[in-house]
Amino acid sequence: MAPMAETSISRPSIRKPRRARGGVIPVVEWGLLIFLLLYPFAVSYLTAGEGEPDFNNFWVIRVTTILILAKLAISFDLCWGYSGIMSFGQGLFFGLAGYVVAKFAEELGWLQIFFVVPIGMLVGLLAALLVGWFLLLGKRTPTVIFVALGTLTASYAAERLVAGWLWVGAGNGLSIWDFLMIGSYELEPGLAFYYVALLFLCLVYLASRYLVRSQFGLVLAGMRQNEERIAFFGYRVQVYKAIVFSFAGMIAGLAGALYSYHEGFVGPSSVGIGISTYAVLYGLFGGIGTLIGPVIGAGVIETLRLFLSDIDAIKNYWPVVLGIIMLVVVAYRPTGLLGLIVSERERIGSFGAPLRSKSSEDGASARVERVRVERAGADDGAA
Amino acid sequence: MALLEVRGVGKTFGALRALGGVDVTVRERSFHGLIGPNGSGKSTLLKAIAGAHFANEGTIGFDGADITTATPAERAKRGLSLKFQITAILPELSVYDNLLLAVQADQSLWTLLRSKSRAALHDEVMDLLERFLLADLMTDLAGELSHGQQQWLEIAMAMAVKPKLLLLDEPTGGMSPEERRVTGELLMPIKQSCALVIVEHDLDFIKDICDHLTVLDQGKVLDDGTVAEIETSARVQEVYTTRV
Repeated sequence: MAPMAETSISRPSIRKPRRARGGVIPVVEWGLLIFLLLYPFAVSYLTAGEGEPDFNNFWVIRVTTILILAKLAISFDLCWGYSGIMSFGQGLFFGLAGYVVAKFAEELGWLQIFFVVPIGMLVGLLAALLVGWFLLLGKRTPTVIFVALGTLTASYAAERLVAGWLWVGAGNGLSIWDFLMIGSYELEPGLAFYYVALLFLCLVYLASRYLVRSQFGLVLAGMRQNEERIAFFGYRVQVYKAIVFSFAGMIAGLAGALYSYHEGFVGPSSVGIGISTYAVLYGLFGGIGTLIGPVIGAGVIETLRLFLSDIDAIKNYWPVVLGIIMLVVVAYRPTGLLGLIVSERERIGSFGAPLRSKSSEDGASARVERVRVERAGADDGAA
Repeated sequence: MALLEVRGVGKTFGALRALGGVDVTVRERSFHGLIGPNGSGKSTLLKAIAGAHFANEGTIGFDGADITTATPAERAKRGLSLKFQITAILPELSVYDNLLLAVQADQSLWTLLRSKSRAALHDEVMDLLERFLLADLMTDLAGELSHGQQQWLEIAMAMAVKPKLLLLDEPTGGMSPEERRVTGELLMPIKQSCALVIVEHDLDFIKDICDHLTVLDQGKVLDDGTVAEIETSARVQEVYTTRV
């Protein structure tokens, strides 16, 4: 308890710890959720013209892909934005899970979503545990560049491996001819798959948000500012990193499993450096360390990709255009799109006490003064 | 019983021999001051005790265990806490969160993932905020505090892990005389639970709060004793009058 008798400071009304209310991020979150909930109907009616709307149209299916890739973006944000792990390995966990569920579908015909999703998560988790154990939990503290190169190498090795392995289709990859099943309902790409992907995105988002805003997340926030100081408290920094890395791998695995079924295909391109780099781009473009930023980043980059690759004049050069946009963002806005509207203070967040304070520094110095006077009085009395 | 026993500790940086066989004994709940001229090895010794770097020779015993090569995290778990010379608060977190981070350090990972556990630590955090005169500033970013307040926050953070031994590296560096006085008053109640090793330039400050002093000069122990003994020591007088 407080040594009240000793300092005789009158206790101010103690504010219970609570989360900061308000701010820009919740507005963005709710806005995006409402947009995504309404989008399939809006786009279906808009493109239908006079006739009956087709809810399983191209624009719904494309955005479903984005919803799946957004989970990959979140998994990267957990690594780099929250734990300082520069991971080029998210594609590895993504693709590996995709391959495993495709193989289960091909060999055993296991198509139930209640099997596919957990197995994808498990594969991502185990692969990330393995990579994280090697890269993060060594005797020496790994540097950012060591982890970046390690995950990059792992992705590249996996890409080369599957590209040359006939059992998994080598360069052609594996096709999934059947649809994902919920009971006896066939989940074909379209409206239903869209909402399933959105539901999983919300679950992944909420779980990640819970993690980074918990006291566990406070340790991560401290680590980002001063790893050495945190270690002096007795926190095992590398263990925290390995946990987040594994969790992120699990999310990437979930995304990969859905992706394979949605595209009906998994190949070397979904396991290697290409997809890993896209995960990095989504994060940096949208704004790391916000969770919602990378989701928006995935949306913007994938939409750009869709339109740019459709323009004949730049059909073959659109990655260059994308690259230039990325360079501009990284050079002039390292905090990404979200950094334009979200303050640094809100991005880092508050974990215990409320964000706004009515008190001022004057109040504090008055209190210091009061203590001094009281103590001086006590000393005189004692003398 | 001795809480900390430093025996023959030496540390070299390349050709520089910063510490050459130093012995220091700190008893439980005593305030022990390390003084000496610039470059005498005070901070080097403190860092070897804290685990910021390892001694090249000698042993460091703490609370019955040999911690000479223990990692900082292991030392922290045993009850050793350090306040750095350069303030190492987390500037982009609020004052409250800085302390919460320190208070929750002994909690299990599982506890940290549960939503209810932060409310359970609230009283402890508030208690420290009150004791170190920071309660009114708890929602401010730690980086926005005045220099003196940042030092108090650091001491509060170092105390939050309920250490058996607190190491303070120049706690009053850059403070105004008034802030120094308050710092001394803030430190006194610590004695109820914890021993203190303090490195300080300000001799008046250290004389006021310490029971025992060790004087270092050029990496060696020049003298060791109670405050009264050191004040009358001829050897110390000589060093301090001729070189400082």
